Amino acid sequence: MEKEQYKKLEQNVTPKPPYLKNVAKAFFVGGLICTIGQAVSLFYMIFFNFTEATAGNPTVATMVFFAMILTGFGLYKRIGQCAGAGSAVPVTGFGNAVISAAIEHRSEGLVLGVGGNLFKLAGSVVLFGVVSAFFVGLIKYILVTIGVVSW
Amino acid sequence: MVIVFQSKPSLLAGGVVAGPLEKRSIFSQYFDAIYDDERWEMKTNEQGHRKMVEEACEFAMKKAGVKNPDIDYFMGGDLVNQMTPTNFAARDLAIPFIGLFSACATSVSSVIVASLLTEVGAANFSLAGASSQHNAVERQFRYPVDYGSQKPQTAQWTVTAAGFALIGKHHEEYPSIEAATVGKSIDYGMDDPFHMGAAMAPAAFQTIQSHLEQRNQKIYNYDLILTGDLGQLGLKLLKGMLVESGVKNEELTLLRDAGAEFYGQDESFQSGASGAGCSAAIFFSYVIQQMRAGTYKRVLLVATGALLSPLSFQQGETIPCTAHAIEITMK
Amino acid sequence: MVMSFVFAFIVGGIICVIGQLLMDVGKLTPGHTLSTLVVVGAILDGMGLYEPLIDFAGAGATVPITSFGNSLTHGAMAEAEKHGLVGVLSGMFEVTSAGISAAIVFGFIGALIFKPKGNID
Repeated sequence: MEKEQYKKLEQNVTPKPPYLKNVAKAFFVGGLICTIGQAVSLFYMIFFNFTEATAGNPTVATMVFFAMILTGFGLYKRIGQCAGAGSAVPVTGFGNAVISAAIEHRSEGLVLGVGGNLFKLAGSVVLFGVVSAFFVGLIKYILVTIGVVSW
Repeated sequence: MVIVFQSKPSLLAGGVVAGPLEKRSIFSQYFDAIYDDERWEMKTNEQGHRKMVEEACEFAMKKAGVKNPDIDYFMGGDLVNQMTPTNFAARDLAIPFIGLFSACATSVSSVIVASLLTEVGAANFSLAGASSQHNAVERQFRYPVDYGSQKPQTAQWTVTAAGFALIGKHHEEYPSIEAATVGKSIDYGMDDPFHMGAAMAPAAFQTIQSHLEQRNQKIYNYDLILTGDLGQLGLKLLKGMLVESGVKNEELTLLRDAGAEFYGQDESFQSGASGAGCSAAIFFSYVIQQMRAGTYKRVLLVATGALLSPLSFQQGETIPCTAHAIEITMK
Repeated sequence: MVMSFVFAFIVGGIICVIGQLLMDVGKLTPGHTLSTLVVVGAILDGMGLYEPLIDFAGAGATVPITSFGNSLTHGAMAEAEKHGLVGVLSGMFEVTSAGISAAIVFGFIGALIFKPKGNID
């Protein structure tokens, strides 16, 4: 059988991802995680001295803490299998990427293992976040300097 | 070219041990031992992996009533970097050793080499087989095991199991190796590491076809043709290719896949099982036992392996695959 | 108050749906998907669109990874306004520290107390 012909056979046999089901699960779980986040930030606003603007930081840290617990007990990957982007896109997914790599590489020691591999999955998010923020900031700075826009 | 063994070396015993999740395998009753701890009470996954290899070998030797010094050669491999679990097991077993890497096809390539050593008279007994430990292999090829990525329906689950066979001179009461085909490395341009069945099916097809042709046999001359770890989708693709080449539909029932059947119909495992231990565990427990019981008289075992690495995948390479076959008969 | 939860749910859900489509339809790996979303968050903030989204949806906009790009850019721009060009570099992590430091600290703690598990349920 030729490669081209095999490719066709392969496309016929391989099931398409269940798009609608995946989207629905991502929406529901992602929305739910954000709603929990909303409750956490409300908690910080009511019981601590945080405002709507400053509550974001402790909320994110708390969500990452939840991610550690779920990852450690092997639950986050089960949520991830069901929810896909619904649990990958929230900051808990970022936490899961860091924490799962840390747990995995503990066997190679704290320095070479955990230290060296902590960001092996999440590193690209940090890289592209920082680089794009740099260029966006730079462009904005130039535009402000030449008087096209203001801060 | 097909290798025909004049002396018909025999599979004198098989030793198979598996991890806790493999309790769910529909073949678990054929395994020698199932452990509750995925690390075999060791500190790391890789050490557990090593222990698993040693114990499978010990089961095989115990059944045949032989000890380490009686064994002339130890042939095997796994999927971890430089195959340290098998290398380290070889250190503890203290048997002359050659590590073999054919990915998940190592279960058969090792038997082929061991049979050749027996055929030329270099070995009275040799141990041959393969193994995989889920955690150790997943972190090697994909993500950390606790990372929450969504596996597609085409994905397969790497089993935690080790299967080793004791191969010796021909003995009528044991299944014997009549012939073998060493597969080429076949690349049909598949590049999805979460769809290994599709990458491996063409390799299985070519090896089966070339073996049948050179042995002058048809599929129905065998009681069973069992492939290694194509999974449910890969098996479908292999059958599709065979139908295309003129094989009749009723013959296809003789074709089964260890990976597709390993965990039964459980959908949590997506397309089924994979890993070097998958085919090894089924071949050296279920198949040997069924042949000794007389259920099968002539079997073709076709182990399939995807010859990729995380590096080759990230550099955008496609996935070359291989398949090795042995023909086993029982009087 | 109840509505803030509803908006958080809907906006957060929609951002995740975009991620899911990037993975399923766009055939991107999770790494590519998250990197893309972070860049989108940074660009939206550059255009001044992300802050209004946070005002509207609260955690629905701060919890998804897009907010990471947003807060990096936000810090960079705030410092650039005060200190000029060098502020673009120095201001970046001013607002973003929480997510990264939490991930590092909890990653370290997690590594100390947990072991990898190959479970399926």
